[in-house]
Amino acid sequence: MKAVRFGYVTAPVLGALWCFVIAVTVAVAMSFATGAPFRPTLLALPWGAVLGVAALFGRTVFSAAALAVALLGVLGLGPMASDAVGIIALAIGHGAVATFTALGLGKMTGELRMGALTRHEFEEAVIRFLTGFGYIFFTAIVVIPFYVMVMTSLKNQSALMANPLDFSLDLSRGWHLFDSYFELMTQYNFGSYLWTSFYISVLTVLITLAFAIPGAYAVARLRFRGQAMFSRSILLIYMVPMIVLALPIYIAFSMTGLRNTIFGIVMIYPVTTIPVALYMLQGYFRGLPSEVEEAGLMDGLSRLAVIWKITLPLSLPALASVSLYVFMIAWNEFLLAFMLLDDPSKFTLTRGIASLNSSEIPRQHLMAGSVIATVPIMLLFLGLERFMTKGLTAGSVKG
Amino acid sequence: MTDLTPPTGAGPLGRREARLAWGLLAPTLIAVSLVVLLPLLAVFWISVKPVGLADLRPPTPIVREDIRGDLEAEGDEAVLRYRLRNSSQDQTITDVVLSDAWPDGLLPGALDPRCTIADARLSCDFGDWEGGTRDEIRIPVTATAAYLSGPGAEASDPVLSGDASNILTNFDFTLENFTQIFDGGEFWAVFGITLFYTVFGTLGALIMGLFAAMLLNKSFRGQGILRGLYLFPYVAPVIAVAFAWILLFDPFSGSANALLLQMGVSSEAINFFGERPLALIMVTLFEIWRYFPLSFLFILARMQSIDTDMYEAADMDGASPFQKFRYLSLPQLLGILSVLFLLRFIWTFNKFDDIFLLTGGNAGTRVLTVNVYEQAFALSNIGAGAAVAVVIFCCLLLFSVFFFKLISREEGL
Repeated sequence: MKAVRFGYVTAPVLGALWCFVIAVTVAVAMSFATGAPFRPTLLALPWGAVLGVAALFGRTVFSAAALAVALLGVLGLGPMASDAVGIIALAIGHGAVATFTALGLGKMTGELRMGALTRHEFEEAVIRFLTGFGYIFFTAIVVIPFYVMVMTSLKNQSALMANPLDFSLDLSRGWHLFDSYFELMTQYNFGSYLWTSFYISVLTVLITLAFAIPGAYAVARLRFRGQAMFSRSILLIYMVPMIVLALPIYIAFSMTGLRNTIFGIVMIYPVTTIPVALYMLQGYFRGLPSEVEEAGLMDGLSRLAVIWKITLPLSLPALASVSLYVFMIAWNEFLLAFMLLDDPSKFTLTRGIASLNSSEIPRQHLMAGSVIATVPIMLLFLGLERFMTKGLTAGSVKG
Repeated sequence: MTDLTPPTGAGPLGRREARLAWGLLAPTLIAVSLVVLLPLLAVFWISVKPVGLADLRPPTPIVREDIRGDLEAEGDEAVLRYRLRNSSQDQTITDVVLSDAWPDGLLPGALDPRCTIADARLSCDFGDWEGGTRDEIRIPVTATAAYLSGPGAEASDPVLSGDASNILTNFDFTLENFTQIFDGGEFWAVFGITLFYTVFGTLGALIMGLFAAMLLNKSFRGQGILRGLYLFPYVAPVIAVAFAWILLFDPFSGSANALLLQMGVSSEAINFFGERPLALIMVTLFEIWRYFPLSFLFILARMQSIDTDMYEAADMDGASPFQKFRYLSLPQLLGILSVLFLLRFIWTFNKFDDIFLLTGGNAGTRVLTVNVYEQAFALSNIGAGAAVAVVIFCCLLLFSVFFFKLISREEGL
């Protein structure tokens, strides 16, 4: 370990690794953006090492080295190779590789020098490298599937087959870019699925709250025999896998004619969400100061009035996050909708998308359906993200 | 001397409170027992019964009525015909009785010995029917003036009644479902796959979550946006992201393959979700990708509640960043990490949608939950599906014992 802790070892090693990471990232990004062949080469390692060492010799040397790497790239000897690419893409691509490598390395090697390093300086540099790598890595893995989803929905099947990497949009098509969305809405009834999903989710939220609020209050505040056992069994019920329940529910619904009805779905969804809502809410209720409620009781309010007038207004943020979470579960629910709904006029969005998964229906329709299902929940979530984060963590597991 | 022992049992106030508590919990209790406990009992019941998908419709006697010939004028003759059958091919229906309104003014000819007409009703007694029985009743009839002015013979629907023993409610039990699922190496293969998926999926999501949480555990501009972005995989509908992955990794037109080919990593297209060990790795990666946000959220919340004084003290003592992580953060996070591990372990074990959508359980990715579906619906053997569900439930009970041991220690619940 000690041997690595010298500036002339640490800097080139980090430089080589970082340059390779950047070359891969830029190559992938440029391929996805233009469809042209960009690929990282192993030359990224030596050039990165050179850059790393150069970073130890001050700004001028470092900038010159970065410029040299960019020029080498354009000449075809850089960290990233590309053939038959337009001059603008070439400049942007290799410029980006050199710039980002230099920017990152500048930050990493800020405290390094040629000679021996303290443990602190060495680890700081490594952590900076890992941080940079982490941001790129996580952003890439999260963004790429969604990017592919959106872009595929805007293209057509033959263009995708011809070059699966070419996600560039033909802007001259204008509004025809959104053809698959129009077709879904007009021919595949997605407008009605959207509405069904929406009102089923809202009903689920309302019913869940109506059941969970009194229950959570009882578990959190009132003393009764079996209270401790109760708060445990709630969690236990939440752990029962849906597929185990889906089987008898399917049988019962087939026999009573509730299969293929929205009513059946609205009956079943809240029960799957009540346990988790109850658990989250009781965690929050426990955290509220009981003195306020006791003051209300002393002033002559009944328990129910205390819940209505004191506890609920105080726990609005928790109610918001529970509602959001329940809405999300109901909106995204797939298994029950898939098993219980067969009639296309009653499909929810998820069930509707499942019905698009056939070889006769072009891929862009499937992806457009996915986008339609994803966008509303994303928007809702981004708008209320603060509540979601707080509620999920505060309620579910203490700590 | 007065008795000074404290009161035992609950006082009237306490009793009232308990009554209120049960009152508030009652709706939840009823709903949950109807939709969770009852189905659970049903699963146990079905798992010891030889039930197939076709048995969900109990055998019923079916009748069709028609008139051969025209009854348009007085004295017209025709044959009233009832065609009857047992809907089931192999189950007996007992005490089959046909009953139909007999129209006014219709004169019956020779009547089948099993039938009688009384009080303007025709009734025929067929006794017991074997599975697959077909029968026919033909009654020659003559129309009179009264018939022609009234409703026709077909106006009233014939009623056919009979008792069939329903496989779901009778007391035939069998252990065949269990012997069938444990038979051969298949079950243990499925179990092994489930364990691989669960263990690596859980650990992977936890480690990734820890990494992501460390990245975001400092304030900088755009931190909120990144945090929201990193939660996307968890928030998006599973069906949408699963199809996006399938498309991305498609062997013929997938971008991932095109990318790998172009970069020279592989020389031919890889069938990510179709080859034996690879498909399992891919679904595990998908599980990690989809659920790291959840771990990340919990771990980040715990990290932000750690007292910063400790880190300042460690700085004063000259601790390096890795030492601070190893000796300060990790012990503080151990509690939440172990709780998360068990919770996620159980949930991953229970996961159905993801694998079902990605591979449908093919190419060596059939986990226990997918096996329930496979047995019950693809192989139409509901009993075997329920048996697998019972096995899952027993595993779950075992895990939750561990979980509650741990959580009692962690939060003194």
